[in-house]
Amino acid sequence: MTIEARAPPSQFVAKLRRVLGGQAGWGGFALQILFVAALAWIGYEIVANARANLAAQRIASGFGFLSNTAGFGVSQSLIPYSESDTYTRVFFVGLVNTLVVSVIGIFFATLIGFLIGLGRLSPNWLLARIAGGYVELVRNLPLLFQILFWYLAVLAALPNPRQSISLFGSFFLSNRGFGIPKPVGTVGFEPFAIAIVVAIVGALLLRSYARRQLFQNGRLIKIWPYVLGLLIGLPLLATLVFGKPVTFEYPELKGFNFSGGSRIIPEFVALTLALSTYTAAFIAEIVRAGVQSVHKGQMEAGASLGLTRGNTLRLIVVPQALRVILPPLTNQYLNLTKNSSLAVAIGYPDLFSVFAGTTLSQTGQAIEIIAITMGVYFVISLVTSAIMSFYGWRIGRSMGA
Amino acid sequence: MAMRSGRLASAMIAMIEEFRTSLKGFAMKRATLVFTLALAAGLSAQAASAQTLKTVKDRGMLSCGVSQGLPGFSAPDDKGNWAGFDVDVCRAIAAAVFNDPTKVKFVPLSAKDRFTALQSGEIDVLSRNTTWTLSRDTSLGVNFTGIAYYDGQGFLVRKSLKVNSALELNSASVCVQTGTTNEQNVADYFKGNNMKYEVIAFGTADETVKAYESGRCDVFTSDVSQLYAERLKLANPADHGVLPEVISKEPLGPLVRHGDDQWFDIVKWTLFAMINAEELGVTQKNVDEMAKSDKPELKRVFGTDGNLGETLGLTKDWVARIVKATGNYGEVFDRNVGAGSKLGIARGINQLWNKGGIQYAPPIR
Repeated sequence: MTIEARAPPSQFVAKLRRVLGGQAGWGGFALQILFVAALAWIGYEIVANARANLAAQRIASGFGFLSNTAGFGVSQSLIPYSESDTYTRVFFVGLVNTLVVSVIGIFFATLIGFLIGLGRLSPNWLLARIAGGYVELVRNLPLLFQILFWYLAVLAALPNPRQSISLFGSFFLSNRGFGIPKPVGTVGFEPFAIAIVVAIVGALLLRSYARRQLFQNGRLIKIWPYVLGLLIGLPLLATLVFGKPVTFEYPELKGFNFSGGSRIIPEFVALTLALSTYTAAFIAEIVRAGVQSVHKGQMEAGASLGLTRGNTLRLIVVPQALRVILPPLTNQYLNLTKNSSLAVAIGYPDLFSVFAGTTLSQTGQAIEIIAITMGVYFVISLVTSAIMSFYGWRIGRSMGA
Repeated sequence: MAMRSGRLASAMIAMIEEFRTSLKGFAMKRATLVFTLALAAGLSAQAASAQTLKTVKDRGMLSCGVSQGLPGFSAPDDKGNWAGFDVDVCRAIAAAVFNDPTKVKFVPLSAKDRFTALQSGEIDVLSRNTTWTLSRDTSLGVNFTGIAYYDGQGFLVRKSLKVNSALELNSASVCVQTGTTNEQNVADYFKGNNMKYEVIAFGTADETVKAYESGRCDVFTSDVSQLYAERLKLANPADHGVLPEVISKEPLGPLVRHGDDQWFDIVKWTLFAMINAEELGVTQKNVDEMAKSDKPELKRVFGTDGNLGETLGLTKDWVARIVKATGNYGEVFDRNVGAGSKLGIARGINQLWNKGGIQYAPPIR
């Protein structure tokens, strides 16, 4: 007599049931279906009602307005824009302005934040107190107040264009912004650009070589003189061989304002300053917490190996701290991006100001425009967190965690 | 230096203060408004339209959208009560409906938020220096009820710049309030005259004026009446002058939502009643006397003959109520923006049609 082996329960079905229904099994699954159906029905009702009522009040709806002519000017656009362009173009002008302010803001916020955060932990009493004071002061004042402070302080201190402060006769500082020479590419530009790319790639290769040497053989190689040589030498060589890469167009006072050259508008300066110094205070606290979460034995171990404090921090403590730092740091990056919409207070033409503001009031199509704007901030946020997660994953992997 | 930092501090406090209100009007209100529009207005569609008069009466208050503070048109006076030309239009409507000009809730709105507030039903009527244009009339779901003030766009500049004409403004920086017809007119004007310019647009009139005063812009552009009003807020009004060019037509008047003809008629004829009253010589002082008149024209206006007020959905004495509360059109103009006010704007084309102006109302008969 043989005992027939009973077929094991299908792994797939069991897994499906667990995934879909959780501990409640198929019953939970049915509840979820019901819940989703209810949500979908409510969503449908909202959309249908809104449509019916917009039609009843004869309010125009749909996305046709995007191809209409905007007919208003924008003070800063990094992509070509004129009053005869469409609202779609306005959207992109605003989007680019938002991204620029966010990326530059994030860069400076990270830089200042790490410096202040590490400074707070410094054994130097004065440095630690100054960093602590900075955090307490900046963190406890509303961001809008700081934006207005920078804007009004920057403007109030600066002279009018006719009496602008001139540096070397080519940089001009006035209440219309900072006029700088504008580079214009000439014949030697392409070889110059290639040289820079090659230099950067070379520097990165050197760095990874040095890291490998460090982790595998424990050899500490000083690479910065070579990197510096590469970054300066190669472009210089290209210039010598192929000629001048760029000429400069200088700003000139014509009529009321400067024409020619490039200009950094005060609204941009004020917003970037406020966003980066404000967010830096929070990042500093995150960095401090992250570093303190690493056991102090690690610091002592570094010291006992004869590493300097700087090297211990850079090579041992910060990489471990980063695992704790990254998630809240991502939040700060998202906050900074979203806070950039306060630009509307000082007339910086970001997405919220020119699209969800001006375009909305010119066309009156609130639902469409708010939906698009919400979608954009949503996507920006998702992309930012995706990048940060990827970075976190790489750190985790390189530490063998 | 001390003085400068003192002024800076007070300017900042003022801006923060004002921003608290405008932020409320911005972030929160914008979001709630949009959702109200999508949800609440959506779910109670029938209630929102066609019954404004009943809604207003049930509430016991007229909800009237005005500007956030424009002296002469709508701004709180020294006692904190709203006063001005646009405010008096609201009070006149309240007088016609309730026989009580104080039954108005004033909702200060920025140029950007005004239409959404009307569409979503937050206000019953928008009486705020708003220009009548075709696109606004057709695509925003609103109806303009008439022209309360014939205006045009102009430029305010520092006298020290020694500019005598708008055509000398090539390459100037221009401050403008965002979401206005001014923003588009200025683009048209500079483009049409082959001039370059840089525009800096702010959310509220106050921010725009502050940026102009701080020297960020050479020029502040807006409707001429508004330029005179805003000039009063500057530290030294005499240092600034309005250029002679008027670059656009800006017919300003109250507006209501689409879809409620009765309410549309009430707001429209309140304004017409004020203009007709001036034409007939009915003033706040002599209104009781005039009401007893035997003249057929006056009998119709005061409801002693016929029932014109009742066909509107009001009472027979509606005109008397309006004039008693706010005075006739000329009195309202004079008191708020004209010779009897700080602004001192000349009547100009806003004079009645039979006195050389173009202000003209259909007859009450």
